[in-house]
Amino acid sequence: MSEPAIQLKDLKLSISGKEILKGISLDINKGDFMSIIGPNGAGKTTMIKCISRVYTNWTGNIAVNGKDIHKISQRELARQISYVPQAEGRSLPFSAFEFVLMGRYPHLSPFTSVSGNDKKLVEEAMEMAGVLKFRDRRLNTLSGGERQMVFIAAALAQGADILLLDEPASFLDYKHQVQVMQLLSRLHRERNITVVSVSHDINTAIETSRQIAALHNGSVIFNGTPEQTAEPAVLERIYDTSFEFTPPPHRPLPLITPGGKV
Amino acid sequence: MNKTIILSLLSIGTLITLLFAPTIGRESIIPLSSLWNDAGSMNADILQNIRIPRALSAFLVGSALGLSGLTFQAMFRNPLATPFTLGTASGASLGAALYIRFGLALSFIGINGISVASFAGSMLALLFVYGLTRVKSGFSTATLLLAGVAVSFFFSSLIMFIHYISGFTNSFRIVRWMMGSLDAAGYSVLFDMLPFVLIGIVILVFSSNELNLLMTGDDIAASRGVNVNRVKKRLFVAASLMIGGVVAFCGPIGFIGMIAPHICRLLIGPEHRSLIPATLLFGGTFLLLCDTLARTIIYPVEMPVGVITALIGGPFFIILLLNKKGSLEL
Repeated sequence: MSEPAIQLKDLKLSISGKEILKGISLDINKGDFMSIIGPNGAGKTTMIKCISRVYTNWTGNIAVNGKDIHKISQRELARQISYVPQAEGRSLPFSAFEFVLMGRYPHLSPFTSVSGNDKKLVEEAMEMAGVLKFRDRRLNTLSGGERQMVFIAAALAQGADILLLDEPASFLDYKHQVQVMQLLSRLHRERNITVVSVSHDINTAIETSRQIAALHNGSVIFNGTPEQTAEPAVLERIYDTSFEFTPPPHRPLPLITPGGKV
Repeated sequence: MNKTIILSLLSIGTLITLLFAPTIGRESIIPLSSLWNDAGSMNADILQNIRIPRALSAFLVGSALGLSGLTFQAMFRNPLATPFTLGTASGASLGAALYIRFGLALSFIGINGISVASFAGSMLALLFVYGLTRVKSGFSTATLLLAGVAVSFFFSSLIMFIHYISGFTNSFRIVRWMMGSLDAAGYSVLFDMLPFVLIGIVILVFSSNELNLLMTGDDIAASRGVNVNRVKKRLFVAASLMIGGVVAFCGPIGFIGMIAPHICRLLIGPEHRSLIPATLLFGGTFLLLCDTLARTIIYPVEMPVGVITALIGGPFFIILLLNKKGSLEL
């Protein structure tokens, strides 16, 4: 068994005096597809941002591919991990191609410019995400779903074998939700990319991922397979609310909906 | 239009302006050829020792202000950022005002005292704002900008106080200094400013990828491999040197630092590898044109160039905005 892709040991982080992460220890294996679930404010986004070193003032230990990330440069880390932030309306005046090309940054030195190979890899990534047709469109003119696919293409162009995503399919219409999840499954299957995805959609999470970890109030309170997750007691403990389980005829796992009448 | 074509056109425009602006002047039009046909004459002397260094200085100052505005706009992801947002202009003005009020007559390794005083003032303002970010970690960009505005107002009040306790002559000199002017620009000023601006330009040129990424947000930049804090520090130093260096000699010439980057974005797009050279050329040429007007428009007096920049730049920019499809974004 090789070392885990990501290994967190006693990860703690406080933001303006409030302890957000209270000692997270978690192993994510190479080639895994892990969903991180949990209620709002559990620390899911914060944890992902620590791993990609958007946040730097945490304590504890984070190792990526067996290396302490404090001991490698930000560039070196970016060659191993790419990150797709939560989709939000930030103003991005760049064309889709320009934006995806920025994904090649960790492979460039300040003294070299973009090579033909970089451009080829960018076009491949855009092709794979189905956004090559938006090549010269400005990101501001794309729909939320189209833009999310461009963001994933940019992360792909980075050439890392670990992909962190923060709610990649939230706020998207059904077509784009399916496109995003299909693309992630394909990357995982065909390119053996380790996918770590924060999700609020339990049904998609148990259907697509191989492993599910749950955060609650800054700690990991559950880590198991989709089958182990799809249990009333487990989900109630994670979300502090009850769920209804509908066994569908053609699926191995039940359809899970929140209980309680509206 | 292709970016290469736009950059070539800008370069040609710059070259033409640099060649012809010095020939135009208050007294007469002196053709460049007098430099070699008429060497030693008074005309050749005016051209060589007054108008050419002044034209080059105007270009340098315009480039520096445009580029530092560009840097702050990208770093703060704020289209309203200018070179003077963090209080540089008021810091420099305070230094100059103190110098004038107390009638100091110092000089420092051959550089005149008022420049040293205003350079010190601008650095003081920048260090103060920067220090704030060190005292309290997790300072947001919005807080930094607000701190800059607060420092500006604080210094401006001190300047008003100095006005109040100054006599008419000194008060007038302070006002004139604050309007910004290139009338002192000879070779010595040109060469004093040059190192500051050159260091700044070199740092910026090698940071164009980082500037692009910072514009997408600190989180994306970090996840792509940018050491955000270190890069921001480097850019802050580059912009500060350029601003401090030129403001010390020419006063806070306004408007150009905010508008030149925007005009170039409208022309060539937001990508910094082409935006930086475009802003360098456009900012320089624009200020050179403004200064040529300032020198000649109300013969025989000379107007402070700071009066002209916004007077011409404002309407020009609004016309561009109205003609542009969509809205202006960073």
